[in-house]
Amino acid sequence: MATCKYDWPEAGGRELVGKRIDRIDGPEKASGRAKYTYDTHRPGLLIAKLLTCPYAHAKIKSIDISPAQSLPGVKAVLVIQDAGSEIQWAGDEIVAVAAVNEDIAEDARRRIKVEYEQLPHLVREEDLERAQANGRTKPAGEETVGDPNKAFQDPDVVISKGFYGIPVITHCCLEAHGNVAEWTDAKTLKTWSSTQNVSGLPGQIGAGLRRQKVNVDDSNIETVCQYIGGGFGSKVFSRPWGIVAAQLAKMAGKPVKLMLDRDAELEIAGARPSAFAKISVAAKKDGTLAAWDSESWGTGGVGPAGHPPLPYVLQPPNTHWKHTMVAANIGPSRAWRAPNHPQGCLLTMGALDDLAAKLEMDPVEFLMKNVHLAPKLLTKIYSEELQKAAELAEWKKNWHPRGDKTPGHTKRGMGVSLHTWGGRGHTSTCNVIVRPDGSVTVRLGSQDLGTGTRTVIAISVAETFGLPVEAVKVEIGDSKYPPDGASGGSTTVGGVSASTRRGAVDALGELFAAVAPSLGVPPDQLEAHLGLIRVKGDASKSLTWKQACSKLGVKTIQTTGRNPGPCHLNDSGVGGVQIADVSVDTETGQVKVNRMVAAQDCGLIIDLKTAESQVYGALIMGICYSLFEEKIMDETLGQMLNPNMEFYKLAGIGDIGELVVHMMTGPGYDERGVIGLGEPPVISPGAAISNAVANAIGVRVPTLPLTPDRVLAALDKGGLA
Amino acid sequence: MEVVRFTLNGDPVEAGVRAGETLVQTLRERFGLTGTKQGCDLGDCGACTVLFDGEPVLSCLVLAADAEGHSVVTIEGLSNGEELHPVQKAFLDEGAVQCGYCTPGMVLTTTALLDANPDPTEAEIRRALSGNLCRCTGYTKIVRAVRRAAEASRADGRGGE
Ligand code: FES
Ligand code: FES
Repeated sequence: MATCKYDWPEAGGRELVGKRIDRIDGPEKASGRAKYTYDTHRPGLLIAKLLTCPYAHAKIKSIDISPAQSLPGVKAVLVIQDAGSEIQWAGDEIVAVAAVNEDIAEDARRRIKVEYEQLPHLVREEDLERAQANGRTKPAGEETVGDPNKAFQDPDVVISKGFYGIPVITHCCLEAHGNVAEWTDAKTLKTWSSTQNVSGLPGQIGAGLRRQKVNVDDSNIETVCQYIGGGFGSKVFSRPWGIVAAQLAKMAGKPVKLMLDRDAELEIAGARPSAFAKISVAAKKDGTLAAWDSESWGTGGVGPAGHPPLPYVLQPPNTHWKHTMVAANIGPSRAWRAPNHPQGCLLTMGALDDLAAKLEMDPVEFLMKNVHLAPKLLTKIYSEELQKAAELAEWKKNWHPRGDKTPGHTKRGMGVSLHTWGGRGHTSTCNVIVRPDGSVTVRLGSQDLGTGTRTVIAISVAETFGLPVEAVKVEIGDSKYPPDGASGGSTTVGGVSASTRRGAVDALGELFAAVAPSLGVPPDQLEAHLGLIRVKGDASKSLTWKQACSKLGVKTIQTTGRNPGPCHLNDSGVGGVQIADVSVDTETGQVKVNRMVAAQDCGLIIDLKTAESQVYGALIMGICYSLFEEKIMDETLGQMLNPNMEFYKLAGIGDIGELVVHMMTGPGYDERGVIGLGEPPVISPGAAISNAVANAIGVRVPTLPLTPDRVLAALDKGGLA
Repeated sequence: MEVVRFTLNGDPVEAGVRAGETLVQTLRERFGLTGTKQGCDLGDCGACTVLFDGEPVLSCLVLAADAEGHSVVTIEGLSNGEELHPVQKAFLDEGAVQCGYCTPGMVLTTTALLDANPDPTEAEIRRALSGNLCRCTGYTKIVRAVRRAAEASRADGRGGE
């Protein structure tokens, strides 16, 4: 029995929660009716283009915008960074122009003259010594636990040493970053923004504008985002272009649309920090981990960036890690799905896999042996998931000791990895409205990134009211609604499901109070079930939902639901295990993923269908960064060499093998409440696939992505070839 | 400005277009058909796919002027009012839509595939959709959706069987 009034219904009493339910905005999207920021059109709309800096490091000597200003059709030209400014990456925004159409804006952009003084740059960071010699490094943390020196000297331990790396990649959202800005009067701004942070954006834009001496109150800014073509962490903050569009609109007195071109999108609109590490790790002969030592480094651009958690998940009793940040002249980093975790995971799980190979142990057994070194909460989860994933991947049948000895040039291998994430629901406020005609509306300033936020909200409220999902009208995507947190860090589903559950339970309480007299029982004797408000234990005494709502007379119920709040509706901390099964052609170096298996927990699942979708998508994104993705920087030019979708390669539909997703549900999982899911399943693919390739060819390919040239180079160094 | 006349979602239309204007610009800006998406504008992503005389083309690579006398079908032309086309329905049923930005292109490419080949193998499905990139959904579910749509349209007597 639920013991706290807002608790989720018990397993047997759930009509919708945990079922496979279609996303409610699917028809809008599949029919092309869904309007994304890119699709926003306003009367008199101007198109803006950015002129960016071609150099990785430079000082602006002079800017002449007059040739652009004099071009017919140009309505505003804004210098974003003036003469004297120091520019720290190629692609940084210098001038913006707004014109009556794209062609004229392009033309105007080309006419602007900027003179630069080039300064020395560094855009590649794999070589730490070179970065140090250039004065580009900064200590970013160091920690020692136990006595690693002594532990490594123990004659009874087996030690594995290796080098591992994962490069900078970009977000490459299919809908570029950008926005449309319109001043509806001198003091009131409306923006249509491709954002993960509808409620938070007005404050960011307001602060940015005030810094530029544009006087506006946050309360006079409204941001709208009904549909967004991907964000993955890169669209939480309004970047210069959010402010610039509003400035141009003010100057021109017309609405302005500023969407990034694809090359800018890849150069400046998001980068996941790199991580490289020299790692030593030791275990006793029985496989119990004894010690860890890592020296790692990476870059997130010239500014600060996080560092990978090392060692990841499994903490041997004796550890030492040290991380160095390299200031490289590349576009700034942004949160990329599960910040820092894919890096920490690849480095750690790669090193542990090499150690298991040295110990001649089966890596699944090796991880089983060491799960007690994971946070206490997760040890049981990992044991169950390792078992489940191994079973689904037919590990016992398909795994072999490192190096596939079968003849021929196609080698098959299996690799395993595990990961964790927090994912506690964010702060959320909503209004739940029940009208006398029985209609139900729920409103909050949240956003649906394609993750299923709308659907989850509808399920939470419909479950509470005993109604079908379609009976709930969900209004999100506008900052005029009650504020909800940004969608980042797998916090949305936990947050919005809890606030709307609380709001709906309170609304139902008010409805019960209104109908109790006509059913002749006190309100606490009523329940909502399958479209009825009925007396508990006496189904003959009931009203339909509509009849019940008509008892409200002229009164509309409006409640406010919040997260956090009373009762245990959500939690934090999940575990996941993934297994990759790959084939490697040792003649061409080509890696093919045959199958990926994911066993993932996320507490209580609200919608199984969209939850599984998240995991499928994460596996594919994982295959993308394992095999293809890299922001390739040229040290001579200081520029990105592949700022387009032809050479910044993503997996296509033919590059993906079979994907098997298993959600851990039921007793032991459900009672924890809702936990976020967007980040965790994207963490392990790099390590699982890298380990599988090492298992296939007998040698570690040290850095991702596992491109044919890297695979062949590793084979040359001592694989099976 | 040059005037082009073509058939758009079954209706004869005409529009004045700029020299160098691409079909995706015309569709989105002059006809307000924003279901045709722009992902890259360079022919790399497939988001702008429309049917051109029944064949999938990347409308960011087609000059609007070249549509003269041809038939163009966009995602808006596929559904019959509120009623979705079987391919659209299959995408929803299989959960093959996430952010939805690639969906119109995927759906149109699939429609053309099934018109030409009502019973494609998995390899044929993957080949046909190889030019349509998706950054967020499981391609796995898209393959399943195409299979489901194929079954549905065969059962329906559509697609030439
Ligand atoms: S927008 Fe045409 S292929 Fe990408
Ligand atoms: S569903 Fe988002 S790009 Fe395909």
